[in-house]
Amino acid sequence: MNPYIPTTANDRAEMLRAIGLESAAALFADIPAEIRLADGLALDAPKSEYEVLAEASARAAKNRPAAQMPCFLGAGVYDRLVPAAVRPLTQRQEFLTAYTPYQPEISQGTLQAIFEFQTLVCSLFGMDVANASMYDGPSACAEAALMAVRHTGRRALLVSALLHPEARAAVDAYAQFNGIDIVTLPEKDGITDKDAAVSALLNNENVAGVLIQAPNFLGVVEDLRPFAEACHAAKGLLLSYTADPAALALFESPGAMGADIAVGEGQSFGIGMGFGGPHLGLMAAKQPLMRKLPGRIVGETVDTRGRRAYVLTLQAREQHIRREKATSNICSNQGLNALTMTIHLSLLGGSGLREVAEQSYAKAHFLRDRLAELGFAPRTDAPFFDEFAVRLPVETALTADALNAKLLEKSFLGGYALGEKEWLVAVTEKRTRAEMDAFVCAIKEALS
Amino acid sequence: MTYDYDKTIFELSAEGKQGYRLPPVDGRQGGGRQDAAPTNAPDTLRNVGAACSRPPEIPVIPESLRRAVPPLLPQVSEPEAVRHFTRLSQKNYGVDGGFYPLGSCTMKYNPKVNEEVCALPGFAGLHPYQPAETAQGALQLLHELGEAFCAITGMDEFSLQPAAGAHGELAGLMIIKNYHASRGEGHRKTIIVPDSSHGTNPASAAEAGYHIVQIDSNADGTVCLAALETALADGDIAGLMLTNPNTLGLFEKDILKIAELVHAAGGLLYYDGANLNAILGEARPGDMGFDVMHINTHKTFSTPHGGGGPGAGPIGVKAHLSEFLPTPRVVKDGDAYRFEDVGPNSIGKLRGYFGSFGVLARAWTYIRTMGAAGMKEVSEAAVLNANYMKEALKGPYKLPYDHVCMHEFVLDGLADAAEGVKTVDVAKRLIELGYHPPTIYFPLIVHNALMIEPTETESKETLDAFLAAMRQIADEAAKTPEVLTAAPGNTPVTRVDELRAAKTPKLKWEEVS
Repeated sequence: MNPYIPTTANDRAEMLRAIGLESAAALFADIPAEIRLADGLALDAPKSEYEVLAEASARAAKNRPAAQMPCFLGAGVYDRLVPAAVRPLTQRQEFLTAYTPYQPEISQGTLQAIFEFQTLVCSLFGMDVANASMYDGPSACAEAALMAVRHTGRRALLVSALLHPEARAAVDAYAQFNGIDIVTLPEKDGITDKDAAVSALLNNENVAGVLIQAPNFLGVVEDLRPFAEACHAAKGLLLSYTADPAALALFESPGAMGADIAVGEGQSFGIGMGFGGPHLGLMAAKQPLMRKLPGRIVGETVDTRGRRAYVLTLQAREQHIRREKATSNICSNQGLNALTMTIHLSLLGGSGLREVAEQSYAKAHFLRDRLAELGFAPRTDAPFFDEFAVRLPVETALTADALNAKLLEKSFLGGYALGEKEWLVAVTEKRTRAEMDAFVCAIKEALS
Repeated sequence: MTYDYDKTIFELSAEGKQGYRLPPVDGRQGGGRQDAAPTNAPDTLRNVGAACSRPPEIPVIPESLRRAVPPLLPQVSEPEAVRHFTRLSQKNYGVDGGFYPLGSCTMKYNPKVNEEVCALPGFAGLHPYQPAETAQGALQLLHELGEAFCAITGMDEFSLQPAAGAHGELAGLMIIKNYHASRGEGHRKTIIVPDSSHGTNPASAAEAGYHIVQIDSNADGTVCLAALETALADGDIAGLMLTNPNTLGLFEKDILKIAELVHAAGGLLYYDGANLNAILGEARPGDMGFDVMHINTHKTFSTPHGGGGPGAGPIGVKAHLSEFLPTPRVVKDGDAYRFEDVGPNSIGKLRGYFGSFGVLARAWTYIRTMGAAGMKEVSEAAVLNANYMKEALKGPYKLPYDHVCMHEFVLDGLADAAEGVKTVDVAKRLIELGYHPPTIYFPLIVHNALMIEPTETESKETLDAFLAAMRQIADEAAKTPEVLTAAPGNTPVTRVDELRAAKTPKLKWEEVS
């Protein structure tokens, strides 16, 4: 008996009789004989739950998960603390096993949670309106690019060289298939070259906007204001990407610095690293762009008795209504992960998030100083949040990869190799002083 | 009167509360430099380096970059947060709680063991950039899953990267585009979709930069071959997107002829995997002539919908399209697994990293649990359940396409109803009687559509009770229509004012001043 299929042999016989068919095979009579599978699928035999769990555990045991090592690897995915209350709530079946909230009367839980999520996203980003989520940060960047092109009718986008490579890849792919030109804005001393942006905007009237990551891929906090001014003077849009919005507890929001569309990655907020997914795409915009947003949006309204209620709204933008004229093809998004972020930030509160950010900031600055003592020169002196790029000491023959390999032997997950001799190191609130001291010791040994 | 924990989390907030305590910074007791805080605020971070012989320089954030107004976050304790979100959850309806015959969405039971597997620390704690040799088990799982999908669908290679079904469609259409371009046939800029197709099909085609031609269905609800031939004669056709069985729940009997026509015209055939549950172990898209397809793991392979994701939308291709798949792919060398760049013809990456691993691990678990025999049991039970319900409802409800159906069927509203009673009223009355309603008003070619998909995980007892409810509603529709039009009355909210929501959008909570 298959544990997930309740139909008994008696049921089957009775049901077939009720519909006047001889056998279950007759149900598939419309499938042409030449494509009917005669021998079944080339899969294993069914297994018990216990056997499958054992197989899964054996595979999991072959891994050495970052979360169980002192992890100094970030580059867009961060090893942060997650309150224990998050998972039991997101595992509640009413959230976990519900569909998209198309029937508001029995979906107020999901709808209100999304409404609260939209409020949090707007607040963090300093924006007016947010949608119910995108797949992840990189795909949100790509959708933001399409949105800017749609809004302006222009077909070029200036993209910072310091945009996360995964995000850049997604933007490139979406752009290529939509005939959008991507022009790279070069780096200058760890930040995006403002002069290059200004001159590109002046010389090309086909520029829909500028996409800047802040903090950028090197961890450096970018001042978006000059880009906003240049964009707006040219009647283009400023697009910002925040790969780790924990930074926004301390640093000025993209909205306040002039961004028109703000996208981000919400993995830092209660969503595990999970080998890269599923994570959480965030997207918000200023009011005039509200009806250009892709994806689902929840609005507040009232029911027939005048009580506060929530409902999916502005659906005339979406694929199930507008088909090929929709603002995007997105249907399923990241509902449960949006809920995760909402619960996570509710538990932390403003004070808790601020402490997460301040601890991360302080610890990262502490470690960078300690590494400097070992001869790791900062790649730039520009202000950073909790991730920083350094050059390996000139006297070592080690590459960043080789250094990481030596550190792994001692059960440390080292930084991201930016090249042979450059290293991107992340320090979250989860790292302890003892771990950082041990990390520094291990590096010293590796270098000697 | 109880305290209203269901108001927004922002309204529950009060200064001085916090639902999570961080560990203290090491050396906290030692005291630190007063000027070391980045925002000149709390004490904690001044202590980071306090035990250090040389106090660290922790610079203050420059004024121009410092946040002027802190973000508005709620301040609540853990029990209050838990009560709030628990209360919210109680206003939802999930598959664990009841029958969810939502056509096209395959709302089957989501096995609990799946949740256990994806939460194993050896999987959940992996960083996507950690070295491949430290993630061999995860890579093995991905590789095995790709092979299982090939076996199930008859395709030659899968990419597990796309994040959802629509994302898979987009990837598949980009593959079709690169394929034609690689053959010097970049002029092929049109995708054909049937009028019964999912909205994502034309939307995905548009997002991949295509023009869309929609073709009418036959009177029997399947693809009209004459209309297809006319559309194909255009010369710039890149491909046809098809769901089989289609959204009416009917198997496209002429699928081999359709494939032949599309291929003869130089086009490719795209399979929308939304309805794959109907044919598991019975037939495979690869054998029908499809060149590229996606799977919705959150439909066919039992991964939870989560109130709107995250899902996963793996895409499969025939060998001649492998070089265009998203990059990277997982390859196996002997006993070792690694990522490999797909090469210059790849469509690239449509998202970060390799796919929604947590979702894919659940699908892997499901496939290993079900095995070959289980897959066949799924489609048989799903199709039998649908036909059993269709036959029972075809009197009181209009059945526009009276034919053996596959995993779902579409009714065209009530056969006999008082004036003013609509399909939506049937749906709302079903809610009142304890059910999630079927999909309504889709597919668009059936005006009063009620699209019913029972799935294989529902008992005959459940189906019989639902059928009784449907008959009762049909009866009420004729005799006491106000029972339907006033429904639901026993839910957390009654029908909501959608017009007001759209006309005066209120999309976030704001303090009333």
